[in-house]
Amino acid sequence: MARLLEILKRNTMLIVLIFVMIMFEILIRAHTNGFGSLFRPTNVTNLVNQNGYVVILTCGMLLCILTGGNIDLSIGSIVALVGAIAGVLMVNWKLDIHLSSLLCLLIGLGLGAWQAFWIAYVKIPPFIVTLAGMLAFRGFAWLILGGLTISAFPAEFSRYFNSFLPGGGGGPGQSYAFTLAAAVLIGAALAALQIAARIKKIGKGYEVEPLWETLLRAAFGCFAIVAAGHLLGRDKGVPVILILLAAVVLVYNFFTTNTVPGRQLYAMGGNEKAARLSGVDTDRLMFFAYANMGFLSAVAALICVARFDTANPSAGLNYELDAIGACFIGGASAYGGVGTIFGCVIGAIFMGVLNNGMSLLGMGADWQRAVKGLVLLAAVVFDVLSQRRKRLG
Amino acid sequence: MGGTILEMRGITKTFPGVKALDGVSLRVEDGEIHAIVGENGAGKSTLMKVLAGEYPHGSYEGEIFFAGGECRFSGMKDSERLGIVIIHQELALVPNLSIAENLFLGNERGSYFRLDWDRTFRETAKYLRMVGLAESPHMLIKDIGVGKQQLVEIAKALAKRARLLILDEPTASLNDNDSQKLLDLLKELKRGGMTSILISHKLTEISQIADHITVIRDGAAIETLARNVDDFGEPRIIKGMVGREMTDRFPGRESRPGGIGLEVRGWTVHHPLYPERKVCDNLSLHVRRGEVVGLSGLMGAGRTELAMSIFGRSYGAGISGRLFLNGREVALRGVRDAIANKLAYVTEDRKGCGLLLSSEIRPNTTLANLGRISSRRGVLDKDREIQLAKIYADLLSVKRSSLEQLAGNLSGGNQQKLLLAKWMFAEPDVLILDEPTRGIDVGAKYEIYTIINRLVADRKTVLMISSELPEILGMCDRVYVMGEGRIVGEFTRSEASQEAIMASILKSRPAEGPPAVPIAKGA
Repeated sequence: MARLLEILKRNTMLIVLIFVMIMFEILIRAHTNGFGSLFRPTNVTNLVNQNGYVVILTCGMLLCILTGGNIDLSIGSIVALVGAIAGVLMVNWKLDIHLSSLLCLLIGLGLGAWQAFWIAYVKIPPFIVTLAGMLAFRGFAWLILGGLTISAFPAEFSRYFNSFLPGGGGGPGQSYAFTLAAAVLIGAALAALQIAARIKKIGKGYEVEPLWETLLRAAFGCFAIVAAGHLLGRDKGVPVILILLAAVVLVYNFFTTNTVPGRQLYAMGGNEKAARLSGVDTDRLMFFAYANMGFLSAVAALICVARFDTANPSAGLNYELDAIGACFIGGASAYGGVGTIFGCVIGAIFMGVLNNGMSLLGMGADWQRAVKGLVLLAAVVFDVLSQRRKRLG
Repeated sequence: MGGTILEMRGITKTFPGVKALDGVSLRVEDGEIHAIVGENGAGKSTLMKVLAGEYPHGSYEGEIFFAGGECRFSGMKDSERLGIVIIHQELALVPNLSIAENLFLGNERGSYFRLDWDRTFRETAKYLRMVGLAESPHMLIKDIGVGKQQLVEIAKALAKRARLLILDEPTASLNDNDSQKLLDLLKELKRGGMTSILISHKLTEISQIADHITVIRDGAAIETLARNVDDFGEPRIIKGMVGREMTDRFPGRESRPGGIGLEVRGWTVHHPLYPERKVCDNLSLHVRRGEVVGLSGLMGAGRTELAMSIFGRSYGAGISGRLFLNGREVALRGVRDAIANKLAYVTEDRKGCGLLLSSEIRPNTTLANLGRISSRRGVLDKDREIQLAKIYADLLSVKRSSLEQLAGNLSGGNQQKLLLAKWMFAEPDVLILDEPTRGIDVGAKYEIYTIINRLVADRKTVLMISSELPEILGMCDRVYVMGEGRIVGEFTRSEASQEAIMASILKSRPAEGPPAVPIAKGA
């Protein structure tokens, strides 16, 4: 029982997310006389498409926050600038889309590295460097586009990000079967992996968690994936962007939890001096975190450009705030050293559901902002208070 | 001396799951110096926090009478109004404000919206004279030494019209000279009628100036000793603290030195901010395998700076000299290099520079040698990590609820053991231990000494920096004395005595100058 309580406590945000989803579902159904639903297949697809960029940016932002509560304010402007460059390369210069995409990613990495250099090696506070970046990069985006927008990207490029699997003909029945089958396969594979890891542990004689805990986690994961597959299948199938998101999340989760530099990142945020005296190259980690943020911003830029089919100098406005909010709602510590990729992804989904749910309820942008602000504060207050109780206990 | 100024009766304070104080009674006479001793975690600081109102009335059981009336403080402001002022071990001064601004912080002269600076500075000068400081009130706190900062704290208390001063470990970070000045000041204040409660681990100081000594053990007041009635000797006090005769405070060990494990020749280190200052000056020393060598000296003598400069140049600028590990000359470019060459430096500041307090025991143990639990590509084997972390925590008997307990929730002694576990996990041949028993209780000290003995029995090389002379004498095969960045004395075990080492230290007393910046404290 105590164990169950601890599991619930560890996954508070997930539970709150489920609760909020149910709450929205009830409200939306009441509001639309039973016609609307948060879980309508088209709406689920919309949720994924609308929030993809936040998830990507959140992964990068978490690394910055882990170094010691540092944030990156420039990412919205990097999204705009890289988007602008993509427009010039692909539409104006008609360069090959693969080459253009690669160039855009490199430019994003370069912008990130530029800021990372000042932060990590010259020791300028990240807040100031990225504030400067936020202003300057936005300015460059306006300069490049001359204050106008570039639209009509090559169809081939848009297709990469906006299409669905299985795609092609075959009709809705076939699409549903494919999506559901894929979801079942992935869910089963994940469950099998967990159980295999458990068996391996037992084989080596290590301590393991209770069996029901493993099964519960596997079952919940399976359920979520199959439910998502079911809903997506009834719409258009698996959005390609979802596969990209999953890949990014898995790679970054692996990096933070299973690699030496990932571990060192947490150590650095926990106690920088102790980390340095333990042989951790904190400067290099700081450089990595911010250079990486630039790279992921470029990824997000390509997604946004493809989604809107437009390069716009005012694109990406306030994206940094979405990412920062998602991290803190997802349980990252404002002092660094604490936070997980999955937690922050849940934070990002939470923000997305909040936006989407309020839109479906027909709330105006004014109220949406107010609610989001209060929710962010509530999440962090809740986190701080529960941490305090943990320390006393 | 007359009458009772303070009486605490049956104080009981419980935290979730722990009874920190269990019916403690304390009587303090007007105008005396009353010492409170006890092992770490015995409840001394909790008792003082109850007295100062940091734990408000109602959060504890029992009664407090001060100057005849019963006290029910709801906060520190209440106790201060009555003249009870507590000075914490960690000084509460703002480094970038002047002495005068600090002195009247929270007790400003003038009105709320209009500070009276003339009065502030005039009165500051007066209070500084009372504590024997000649500094200008305009001087910034960060520009004066720790000893003087402590005196500023006392002046600050005087400015609050203190009648009862509570000092929590006031000399913990002071050198002997500054400590003596502080003790003299306390005696001086006592002549003026001030009552003081002194919490200290330094028993020599206590037996020197206390009128009464109350011993607290496991949350209960065991006994109160009175000057000229009871024995004030260290063995007697220690007996009360630990509840047993500590006939042997240091575990025995056979000395079998081998080849030279660590040697520096002509080591010179410059201060990172003032490059013209030499922190280590053409210094040479060596330590043999299977040998514990002590490094004694005043604070600011450059011992920690020496150790850190050896440990992969983690301190100082313009480092020159030759370094040999196990007879092989090495040039360490950084900490990672040092660890790879099997050198370990166990910091004196376990909270600030040693542990990740908000992380669990497990990642703390493995941090300095993640290569041991990862593949060549840098992927961690977390199962192996759990297994090894458990082995090391058991090896050093770190008392814990689980491996996932946060390091910050361990007691001081167990944190120190965890810090040693971390560095033993790095599998070093040469260890530099910087104040390995600072601020931990007698029982835990004994455990640390046993671990050190086990290390040298495994033919490790140990250089131990310590400011406690009995520890140096009890543990070391050989002792170097450092002063002003140079080795000013060397003693074998048979030559060494407290008097001889002290004399050597005092001969090298650094001239009054710019303060040594306490590097570990992040000044």
